[in-house]
Amino acid sequence: MIDVTDINKTFFVPHKVKALVGVSTKIAAGEVVVVIGPSGSGKSTFLRCLNHLEAADSGHILIDGVDILDRKTNINKVRAEVGMVFQSFNLFPHKTVLENITLAQKVVRKRSKAAALEKADYLLKKVGIHDKANAYPDNLSGGQQQRVAIARALAMDPKVMLFDEPTSALDPEMIGEVLDVMKTLAREGMTMVVVTHEMGFAREVADRVIFMDEGAIVEVGTPEHFFKNPTHDRTKLFLSQIL
Amino acid sequence: MNATGKIGVFKKDFSYYLWVGVFFLCLGGLVAGLYYSTKQIDYVWRWYRVPQYFFFEDTIDVRAEMQGTVASISPADGGKSVTVKNDSGISETYFVPGGDVRVSEGDTIYPADVLGTSKKWKVGLLLQGLWMTLRISVIATFFGLIIGLFGGLFRISSNPALKWAAITYIEIIRGSPLLVQIFIWYFVLGTLFNTLLAHAGLPEVPDLWYGTASLACFAGAYVAEIVRAGIQSIHRGQTEAARSLGMNYLQGMYHVILPQALRRIIPPLAGQFISLIKDSSLLGIIAIRELTKATREVVTTSLQPFEMWFICALLYLVLTFSLSMLTQYLERRMLVS
Repeated sequence: MIDVTDINKTFFVPHKVKALVGVSTKIAAGEVVVVIGPSGSGKSTFLRCLNHLEAADSGHILIDGVDILDRKTNINKVRAEVGMVFQSFNLFPHKTVLENITLAQKVVRKRSKAAALEKADYLLKKVGIHDKANAYPDNLSGGQQQRVAIARALAMDPKVMLFDEPTSALDPEMIGEVLDVMKTLAREGMTMVVVTHEMGFAREVADRVIFMDEGAIVEVGTPEHFFKNPTHDRTKLFLSQIL
Repeated sequence: MNATGKIGVFKKDFSYYLWVGVFFLCLGGLVAGLYYSTKQIDYVWRWYRVPQYFFFEDTIDVRAEMQGTVASISPADGGKSVTVKNDSGISETYFVPGGDVRVSEGDTIYPADVLGTSKKWKVGLLLQGLWMTLRISVIATFFGLIIGLFGGLFRISSNPALKWAAITYIEIIRGSPLLVQIFIWYFVLGTLFNTLLAHAGLPEVPDLWYGTASLACFAGAYVAEIVRAGIQSIHRGQTEAARSLGMNYLQGMYHVILPQALRRIIPPLAGQFISLIKDSSLLGIIAIRELTKATREVVTTSLQPFEMWFICALLYLVLTFSLSMLTQYLERRMLVS
């Protein structure tokens, strides 16, 4: 589903940082991959490269067989197939929950209003905030906002879902409700790439864990491998610090 | 009321009302001082002369165009008609609206004699000027908004042609006096354009349009910067969310960024368009009879400059205050939704 070959990314502003150095990996359809690593390790940049919010400097990223680093690729078409959930939710504050979920369906997928509403209705029930359909995002709690954001991404019927630290901006008591929605998705067979610090989630749901440090993939393995006998020193150090 | 709102606020005790009294005393003193000074130079205030420059009753004379005698005066619809007959038996009928006939049957009439008069209410110079100012302001605001919207979008575009065009336009307009720009529009562009049109056998563009264009272009440059600031004040995450859902640049702008940006820039936009209303007073120099030019003309006929200029200022205040109220209403309404 996702095939990343040797991507590099260097930031020059505010100062020169090699954010990604020769990152390669393959993610199969239906797989749940959790990316962990210390802050500044390039895991968010890696994720943002996958839907071209950041343009990798070199290498190839194939999403469902389409190379998104090819200039001829219509990136908007690819992005419609790749849902993204942000750390800071990024809901549209001037639109209601319902409008947030139906907007892209109508504009990008060209669905009729009725079809878009039906989809939104179904998804709001699924993420458990059906009663807030006509509220504005500012009137929702962080956990509710993030669940709306997940519903908004799911409304496009994406083939892949990317999660960029979806619970980092949440109060502790709201993390559970968002993780529950994500677990449900994983069980339903959604292909997911999740950048998170929630080790419990990684242990329970992930098919594979990728540990990144200083812009490179250091270690890849199953959760059992990771949490019982990590091989790399940096992985051991990182896990000892957060567990 | 919140806690910060109370800092430095007087309690409504004796000293509060004392200072309210001081304010009104100062205001009254200023007006009285002005009045006293005008008395010293023997200025006679004639406020009763002001209303006629808003509306006045004009007298229209109905005059004969031939020589003869009045044959008959008969009532007609909404007045009376006077029939004049000459020796050769030719007759002409004149209609006097309102029926204030000044001749009687059998009178001898010569050409240009007054047969009757009628009165008609007409719009005075000041009101005409006010209407002209309003018209110019509305049209210039409309085009200024459109120019500014695209100017702002071009300004933040990554395409160098668009971006540099916007920067050049904004810097030139903001860097030169409006008065000079009006002259350039009128004497340079106006002459060029009208002469070219004349060569092509087409009618001229009226002066009014050059004046309005100069104001629209002037306001557009400032609006462009306001729009740019508004768009850039929207968090990057909004664009990213829109794009990650597959919307292209224009869809993201139209559905997500601009609605939020416009809400934020209403107050600075209002300030800009209030400026535009006031700047329209410069258009008098290219013979557009807007409010200021109309007032100048009224002053020369009435010889009451003090009253007229105060009235002129008051009329501008009415326009700007209405706009200010309108934008406050818009702001409130947008906050609700």
